[in-house]
Amino acid sequence: MKKKTLPAAGTRLMMSGNEAVARAAWEAGLALASAYPGTPSTEILEELTGYPDLIAQWAVNEKVALEVAIGAAVAGSRSMAAMKQVGVNVAADPLMSQSLAGVVGGLVLVVADDVGLSSSQNEQDSRFWGRFAHIPVMEPADAQEAYEMMKQAFDLSEKFETIVLLRMTTRVCHVKSMVTVGERRPPNSEGGFTYDPNRWVLVPSTAKRRLPIQAEREKALLAESEKSPLSRLEPGSDKRVGFVTSGPGYLHVKEAFPDAPVFKLGLSHPAPFEAIRAFAATVERLVVVEETEKILETELKAEGIGCTGKDILPSNGELAPEILAPAIAKMLGEPVPVRKLVHDAQSVFPRPPTMCVGCPHLGVYYTLARLRRQVTISGDIGCYTLGALHPWKALDTTTCMGASLTMALGLDKGRLPKDAEKSVVAVIGDSTFLHMGIQGLLNLVYNKGNATVLILDNGTVGMTGGQDHPGTGKDAYGMPAPRVDFMKLVEALGVKPERIRKVNPYLMPVLFKTLKEEIAIPEVSVIITDQPCVLIEDHERFAPFQVIEDLCTGCGNCLKTGCPAILVRKREQVVKAGKSQELAFVDIDISGCTGCGLCTETCGPDAIKRMSPQSAKEAQAHG
Amino acid sequence: MAETAIMNVLLCGIGGQGVLTASEILAEAAIAAGHDVKKTEVAGMAQRGGVVTSHLRFGPKVYSPAIPPGQADVLLAFELAEGLRWITHLKPSGIALVNTLRIIPPVVSTGLFRYPDDPLADIRDSGTRMIPIDAGGIAKEMGNLRLVNSVMLGAVADSLPLEALTIKTALTKRFSARKPELGALNAQAFEAGRAAALAGAKAA
Repeated sequence: MKKKTLPAAGTRLMMSGNEAVARAAWEAGLALASAYPGTPSTEILEELTGYPDLIAQWAVNEKVALEVAIGAAVAGSRSMAAMKQVGVNVAADPLMSQSLAGVVGGLVLVVADDVGLSSSQNEQDSRFWGRFAHIPVMEPADAQEAYEMMKQAFDLSEKFETIVLLRMTTRVCHVKSMVTVGERRPPNSEGGFTYDPNRWVLVPSTAKRRLPIQAEREKALLAESEKSPLSRLEPGSDKRVGFVTSGPGYLHVKEAFPDAPVFKLGLSHPAPFEAIRAFAATVERLVVVEETEKILETELKAEGIGCTGKDILPSNGELAPEILAPAIAKMLGEPVPVRKLVHDAQSVFPRPPTMCVGCPHLGVYYTLARLRRQVTISGDIGCYTLGALHPWKALDTTTCMGASLTMALGLDKGRLPKDAEKSVVAVIGDSTFLHMGIQGLLNLVYNKGNATVLILDNGTVGMTGGQDHPGTGKDAYGMPAPRVDFMKLVEALGVKPERIRKVNPYLMPVLFKTLKEEIAIPEVSVIITDQPCVLIEDHERFAPFQVIEDLCTGCGNCLKTGCPAILVRKREQVVKAGKSQELAFVDIDISGCTGCGLCTETCGPDAIKRMSPQSAKEAQAHG
Repeated sequence: MAETAIMNVLLCGIGGQGVLTASEILAEAAIAAGHDVKKTEVAGMAQRGGVVTSHLRFGPKVYSPAIPPGQADVLLAFELAEGLRWITHLKPSGIALVNTLRIIPPVVSTGLFRYPDDPLADIRDSGTRMIPIDAGGIAKEMGNLRLVNSVMLGAVADSLPLEALTIKTALTKRFSARKPELGALNAQAFEAGRAAALAGAKAA
């Protein structure tokens, strides 16, 4: 367990928003944090494992994370759950209901919205949850604010006995800026769990009793918001446009319109309508700058406060200065500033994310690509979603965590005559399987589906940078933890023992044969691949391979593995049996090659040979 | 938007090249010089061979973290084609320092796209002040390819409103924390990069 050296109170240092939230939680006397990794929220919990006197845990999914935090808060401790925006969909069940019962110890739900879609399947706006679940929402603009609001969120949570949603965005989570840190307040120690079935047992009669309490709470929060120091008016000399804004939108407004009056929201739901109404009276026009959806604008209009927003600004992506400036100029009837770029945009090839050199998924997708015409492949969320891309193109669907297994059942049972001969294959990773896949597999077996399930167990949450989960045998601190046995788990869910196969994904002939066998059998099969992610400690590198130039025939088969270490040395156009054919002669980047040997299995002329460790070393030294 | 006293440095390269570490070191130097600093990057899927950029802004008070297109004062490119890709972010008076290393992605090696023949000429033709740096060659000569980062930091040192020594100190501090001899080695690479940039500026 690695404890960090903690900067003393009063220290000013550069922190990301995620780091600042972790520090603030510790200072606020946090007892327990639970989270599931997801960009851009992952680092919050990772950071927390470096702080003393609190418990930081990876949960199997976001619903579990929030419920664990709820339990701690009901017991009287301060707790938090952290997740990315789509995680709240999973956690919506406890969120919507616990909002009625509320909390005792402060509970902050930290949600990181992926505004700009750097690594997500959608761009949903988590501020809606504040309205839907009747809980307050805070929106920091940068790391210092994330730090301050996180601390205030715990106080607000305890004062109003409600979950508080701290809404971060990618530009808050990952931007580093200066933060002044403070003292730690001791964790809660008075009180404890109070027996109160009329509050904690949410049967209809309880819920009915709690509904007016929730409504009163929201009214009280509105009054609190009107006087909250987290929102402020920043006067400006150019009163043609006044801006109401929150989150990083505030920074973009200040950058683009340094002289404009700005009403900046911190506690943004419930919004301080009277304060905004008064502000609106001091400016010619009011423009709402909110990322991403039209939420506050609609509410202001309902309050009779005239404003403009999404009719001139986009409802997706960041509202960067270069988007704001022309939109406002156009609204004012001014000439729209055209930024003359010195350079024309150059069309440079794209660099789509790829699987790593020697990745254990490469063999899986090479094999699936060979079976392409016989199978429909439902995918899931993780690195292996990249299997949809060139050169494999061996993934047909991806929707959300766990949907590979459930959609496989639907693809099987809902098939039309055209697909009668096809088999259904579901591909899911280890962590995603534990997150939301177990139920899907159970459902698939129970409903007598016909699908072959590939569980790609690489021993980590790869996509988010290598976190642990119940299948790795380690906890969030890297300490030993009980390890789930996938074979036994799958068998317990009802998959026949003879239909459960474990395969080394680097042995492609074996994988190919196993897949062929299992897709031919009209019931649920599970194939578990068992080789570790190349980015984690368990991965072992071997001496690299090289291409013997004289032996390479240019067939290009090895390129179909998609291994980024295989490079084309030269291309040649030839005519073979009257057909024009392009040959690609290859080389291997020996500094990247992990020595997995996958490519050798694709090489007909046997032109790929392992180097001796000595010659590899020499070759690398001369680069 | 008004021109401000904010210095905009855009670093670009490929996931795994150490772009983020380099940006971190420059940020530390800017903090040491008393500036307000914001640094942003979108990591996410970058680990898997994608394009990585880091926006570093410093000055009296920095609001928006990202550098708008056409507003970068300095472009520090760790890879040749990436230098070309991000050149639109430079302002007319800006300067680009470009590592001449080529990293060929699978989409090029499998023949879907072409790697530009001469990105340096393309950049130069646009009239930009540009200094090519053979950071890989310099690092190799010093016996360790991992020094590319420090070579590039040295190359950019005299194009920033920071003392070169401040950057060198931040760099040395970071690497010495791992191993004392690493600090000295990286400081040497830094000076080699500085010399290369000065020579390149003269040649241009």
